[in-house]
Amino acid sequence: MTKFIKIIAMIIAIAMVATCLIACGKTEDGNDVANNGESAGNSQTSTFKVGLTGPLTGDYAIYGMAAQRGAEIAFEEINALGGIQFDFRAEDDQGDGEIAVNAYNTLVDWGMQMFVGSVTTGAAIAVSSVAYEDRVFCLTPSASSVDVIDGKDNMYQVCFTDPNQGVASADYMAENTPDAKVAVIYRNDDAYSQGIHDTFVSEAKEKNLSVVYEGTFTKDTATDFSVQINAAKAAGADTVFLPIYYQPASVILDQANKAGYTPTFFGVDGMDGILTMEGFDTKLAEGVMLLTPFAADAKDEKTQNFVKKYNEKYNETPNQFAADGYDAAYILYEAITKGEITSDMSNSDICSKLIETFATLSVDGLTGKGMTWKSTGEVSKAPMAVVIKDGKYVLPENK
Amino acid sequence: MSNKKNTAMTFGSHVKELAKSDFITYGVVIAAFIIVSIFSSSGLLGRKAAGLLVPVCCYIVMALSLNLTVGIMGELSLGHAGFMSVGAFSGVIASMLLGEVIDNNVIRLAVAILVGAFFAAIVGFLIGIPVLRLRGDYLAIVTLAFGEIIKDLINCLVVGIDKNGLHIIFNFKGDKSAADLNLAEGGKAIIKGAQGATGTDKIATFAAGFVLILIALFIIQSLVRSRVGRAIIACRDNRIAAESVGIDVMKYKMFAFVLSAAIAGSAGALYGANYSNLVATKFDFNTSILILVFVVLGGLGNMLGSVIAATVLYILPEALREFANYRMLIYAIVLILVMILTNNPRLVALREKLFSKVSSVFKKGKKKSESEGGK
Repeated sequence: MTKFIKIIAMIIAIAMVATCLIACGKTEDGNDVANNGESAGNSQTSTFKVGLTGPLTGDYAIYGMAAQRGAEIAFEEINALGGIQFDFRAEDDQGDGEIAVNAYNTLVDWGMQMFVGSVTTGAAIAVSSVAYEDRVFCLTPSASSVDVIDGKDNMYQVCFTDPNQGVASADYMAENTPDAKVAVIYRNDDAYSQGIHDTFVSEAKEKNLSVVYEGTFTKDTATDFSVQINAAKAAGADTVFLPIYYQPASVILDQANKAGYTPTFFGVDGMDGILTMEGFDTKLAEGVMLLTPFAADAKDEKTQNFVKKYNEKYNETPNQFAADGYDAAYILYEAITKGEITSDMSNSDICSKLIETFATLSVDGLTGKGMTWKSTGEVSKAPMAVVIKDGKYVLPENK
Repeated sequence: MSNKKNTAMTFGSHVKELAKSDFITYGVVIAAFIIVSIFSSSGLLGRKAAGLLVPVCCYIVMALSLNLTVGIMGELSLGHAGFMSVGAFSGVIASMLLGEVIDNNVIRLAVAILVGAFFAAIVGFLIGIPVLRLRGDYLAIVTLAFGEIIKDLINCLVVGIDKNGLHIIFNFKGDKSAADLNLAEGGKAIIKGAQGATGTDKIATFAAGFVLILIALFIIQSLVRSRVGRAIIACRDNRIAAESVGIDVMKYKMFAFVLSAAIAGSAGALYGANYSNLVATKFDFNTSILILVFVVLGGLGNMLGSVIAATVLYILPEALREFANYRMLIYAIVLILVMILTNNPRLVALREKLFSKVSSVFKKGKKKSESEGGK
């Protein structure tokens, strides 16, 4: 009897797995048909399918959601113009390489032609090598590691690379405060933070900037920084470089303030968002310097328009990731227009056309004027140093 | 569970029964492989499904490995992802080193898996010395701690290769980076601390995953039926009685633990070879628990259960992508439902009644049901 039961259980199990797999296969076929129908019907206005993967749930959801919303707003604006139309779909990758590849594959089944992503570095590296083999063009809004674009001609970035940020920060300090004694506190289980730290330290050596203390923390120890703060204080550091995201940075600012330690804090783009953080006293951030490509209270019309729309739709002030996502959408749009790409082309044709176009492309976006790209996929735009004053970003000259 | 049940039977039927369930397990795995291969070669498999095959194989092997510790040996391990991590990173280093000399990906992958298993076994042995002297909850907590320690150690690891060979530094103080490896011209950093292993070659295949599952199954099921396996089960069922008949509890537990670590290491090596990017933080407490969920829902000591649970529960969140933001919520609800369905006594009785009805249709005349199915 048990034998029969087991055999039945076995058959059911196989059937379950098989249906799962077949179901996946079928969605692809269904989409393909829909896709063909669409491209045949819309011969005048071509519709492109653009996908994004980012952490829409989990610890990093704030970044993935921001990029997704930014891109959504941009694609809505573009679609409203008439002409080229975009079909945009975002999938959750939880900031994890393994899940990101699954999410990317889901988008491929959907019929994606261009990829905006992934939002986080680790996920983007894992996806980029798959996309490279598929010849799908990728423009990541915010994955800043060099490993994302390294050796892959189809990968482009909207944001600065980590080394760029580290170098730019060291250069800025060497130029403006050459005698500074710098302490660095960074998260050594995070690719982003360690990447910036590494290049910052090596550039600081070159520019004869003295780094007196290097402190580390991990995801699990990001709640208490008294050890690092005291060590930095004891080492006599008058500048503290924080190549980290804004949540741990807010804790450091708070604890340093309580310890009566008032050096100049210097952040990078991950610091952006600290002013809109819930429950954070913005007075603590007074005098913090940061390198960021985007300031939500910039005066230009584009930024104000975007911030207003974002506020209306999602009831919050957009951060840099949202601006990166917004820019990514417009960059693709400009490149498609300039390269005269149509949606009935194959993915690899679109990819090689876009690579050709990006060599000569120049786009004015929220995160930089006259952005151009090197053939490696790295963006060239001017980094902007700002100081927080009265709860707002201002340029250091106006300080 | 089935083993506990079987110990009550006479010895002859015990072996027969076990052998039969073993072959059913092999049969299911081979049948599933053939079916998926046919779908895959006829192009019915979407990209998503095809991409899931190798990770599913890795998680099945992980579940089998943990089932050896939790189900057969009877000790709760909460740090199994640590062994996977050791296997993954040592496997990646091995495959990148070999990449310089051998072009054949099959050999590279095989060597990577063996190296991964070997290093995970060493780590398993070292951890086993203190851990296996503890019992029950204490053991579980200590394995959890060791899993975290492995994660943090690998976070400090910086490894590169150049023409002079392998360069390894430990970045304990947080002031070293890949640049400190002083690699010669043409050298390549494989593991860069927190940034993990990036730009590694993807050489894992579904066929390799299938072979690995079969090997893991063969090792575990043969072990369970062997003298050593019976000794391990005896230690689980009654430690004092086992000691009284002269079984060296520590020795047999260590054997099972090291074997389990080695299998987990091989699964990790396969996993590492499937992605171009690998970070130590992936193998955290959550991953350990995920694998434990596969084992518990599949049934402790039930290898076929682990295979099925790992497959279904890994595919489930991906299959639920249609629900967008609600998918993890639905996944959690499904987990709870499965837990209730498999463990609520009344529902289990109902299910067994159903099964016995179905089987009585097949075999009329023999109405006497044994009322213990679904295991």
